Amino acid sequence: MLDNITLLAIAPLLNVQLLLDGLFIGAIFALAAYGLALVWGVMNVKNLAQGDFVMMGGYIAFVMTKLGIHPIFGLPVAIVFMFGFGWMVYRVIIYRVIGKDLFTSLLATFGMAIVIQQLLNLIFSPDVMVAESGFAIRSYLGGMVTVADIKLISFLLAAVLAALVITFMKYSRMGQAIRATAQDPRAARVMGIDTERVYAFTFALNAAICGAAGVLISMIWVLQPFFGMTYSIRAFVIVTAAGLGNLPGVIIAGLGLGAAEQFAGFILGAELQQFTVVGLLVAILVWRQVQQSRHRQVVR
Amino acid sequence: MSKHLKFLTALAFGVAAAGLVAAGPASAKVEGDTIIIGSAISFTGKYSTNGIHASNGYNLGVKRVNEMGGVMVGGKAYKLKIKYYDDESTPLRTAQLAERLIKQDGIKFILGPYSSATTKAMAPITEKYKIPMVESEGASRSLFTQGYKYLFAVLSTSEQYLASSIALAAEIAKKNGRKPSDVRVAMAFENDPFSLDVRAGVIDDINKFGMKIVVDDKLPRDLADMSATLTKVKALKPDLLVVSGHSKGAATAARQIKELKIDVPMIAMTHCEAAKIVKLFGAATNDFLCPTQWAETLSYKGKYFGTAAEYDKLFKATYDGYKNVPYQAAQASAAVLVWKDAFERANSFDTEKLRQALSETNMKTFYGNIKFSKAGNNIAKPMVLRQIQNGKFNVVAPSKWASHKVNWPRKVPGM
Repeated sequence: MLDNITLLAIAPLLNVQLLLDGLFIGAIFALAAYGLALVWGVMNVKNLAQGDFVMMGGYIAFVMTKLGIHPIFGLPVAIVFMFGFGWMVYRVIIYRVIGKDLFTSLLATFGMAIVIQQLLNLIFSPDVMVAESGFAIRSYLGGMVTVADIKLISFLLAAVLAALVITFMKYSRMGQAIRATAQDPRAARVMGIDTERVYAFTFALNAAICGAAGVLISMIWVLQPFFGMTYSIRAFVIVTAAGLGNLPGVIIAGLGLGAAEQFAGFILGAELQQFTVVGLLVAILVWRQVQQSRHRQVVR
Repeated sequence: MSKHLKFLTALAFGVAAAGLVAAGPASAKVEGDTIIIGSAISFTGKYSTNGIHASNGYNLGVKRVNEMGGVMVGGKAYKLKIKYYDDESTPLRTAQLAERLIKQDGIKFILGPYSSATTKAMAPITEKYKIPMVESEGASRSLFTQGYKYLFAVLSTSEQYLASSIALAAEIAKKNGRKPSDVRVAMAFENDPFSLDVRAGVIDDINKFGMKIVVDDKLPRDLADMSATLTKVKALKPDLLVVSGHSKGAATAARQIKELKIDVPMIAMTHCEAAKIVKLFGAATNDFLCPTQWAETLSYKGKYFGTAAEYDKLFKATYDGYKNVPYQAAQASAAVLVWKDAFERANSFDTEKLRQALSETNMKTFYGNIKFSKAGNNIAKPMVLRQIQNGKFNVVAPSKWASHKVNWPRKVPGM
């Protein structure tokens, strides 16, 4: 461990490489986490199938490559398809669990995750798949730092998508309705907002965002029907760390988590890379608890 | 999709047929002129791809033996038949099905399941009932340290997978006037029983040569990211990088070695073929070393399938959709040949006599030579190392079977 820290000190450019890799992947985590924050905040549904939605998006990009189309064009296809899929899932399953207790929604979405995994397994087999972008890989700073164009493009696309969603939430009629429903569903209904439609739209939007994240993942990491969990866990960590309804927080936490993972992988070894994710969550929860108990004392 | 549908229909029929058979009187090991061998293998679940490869191999072996006159026992010719169950890729189910095959169906001869995990679940059961099992798909060395007496495996064990790359690195170091102990090795292994077995074999050989380990990372099972590990590799510039982590490990490593432009003179990894890295990542995979149990280019030869190349041809003609014949299928066919050979030498269906005959197996096949140690693993067939040279897999080690010279240091266009 000490050797690795020394290594970082001797060759500071390694830090740049780790930071860049972390930010690139963190942006995609943030995307999936944002979808979760939306569903959690608006509908109080904790979607355990979040990562499986991501995988579905990835497989859409994979199918595109099989059809001879560049996987990046899977982005609009995945957004549209997953929006429809999300809407359908809402109509069939999710509307039954809104307003029920925590375990009902957890169980329902957990069951959904298993069904999606097994369906993907039946259709695509359990083999690992990837979609290759074929884009260039550039070296900087004397070859010490390399950046694959696809990672940079994914980062920019993730940023654009996030900006679009933020603008939509702020200025569009539906976005305002979603925010109103999140604040107080009853009051929203009184004001003439069709909250059922708002919920369906929110859930579909989440699925679409996940699908987009999956398309980017297919070109950066790998696809496997059972790998969705990786993204579910990270989405939960990010949302918990940032707090609901805190969009800048979600983005910062996503990027931070990506970078933290890379540094942990480098310094502590890859076996502790994922441990770091969960470890950070525990640390944040403890810190929150301390902070809130102080707040409670003040209120008292 | 259609392949899966076809398979599902076949499976449904299979299950229905199995039900009919089970409804009849408890069938014995030999019915009329047919010897029935039992197998619980993965037709569904996470091992299904390779489970189906293996069952295709079993079926081809049975077909060939039957076509060539069947099995002669006591002056009578018997046909072989396999009774399959689907273990759904879960070891618990494999164990249940082993009980069922032996207790309910009266099966006395077993062909192994696919994967080390399911074989580990089955072996204690076959051992308990003293039923011999010839397996071809469980490579974990822990299978052969339990003192099992009824377990025989035709394949090379997992600790041999990448050990040959260490020997090769030592050989190259000597040729270049360096001491093998100067060689620095970076290792990235997935944190699962198979890959850790592979790692144990590598470490044994590293210690034998006194080499130095500079990176030793264990990758989590569901994480498809090695960039932190590879950044370390880039900084420390080892002489050899070894990676093992199933198809995920190979695909992730190949992709990120390309993205990070990792310039190590020698890279060895398992599962290159399964992960289709050549097709996906092209020239960036040039000169990777990949171990394999078997290759169609080897000069192995036997009575039943002729040469390895002839087996390859026959397999492709028999089953649609194979561009390359997976070694999982070849070794499954070899396991069937081992059974046939043992029946004839034992000249009996008595399980004790068969066990004795199996332990004395010494045969040449298209899959390589087969001779079992006391522990039951095949000690007559080495693991071979192939190098990806201009998109082709060429055998480069061990030198006895090598068809091409090893390229060192590895050259990647544009780097």
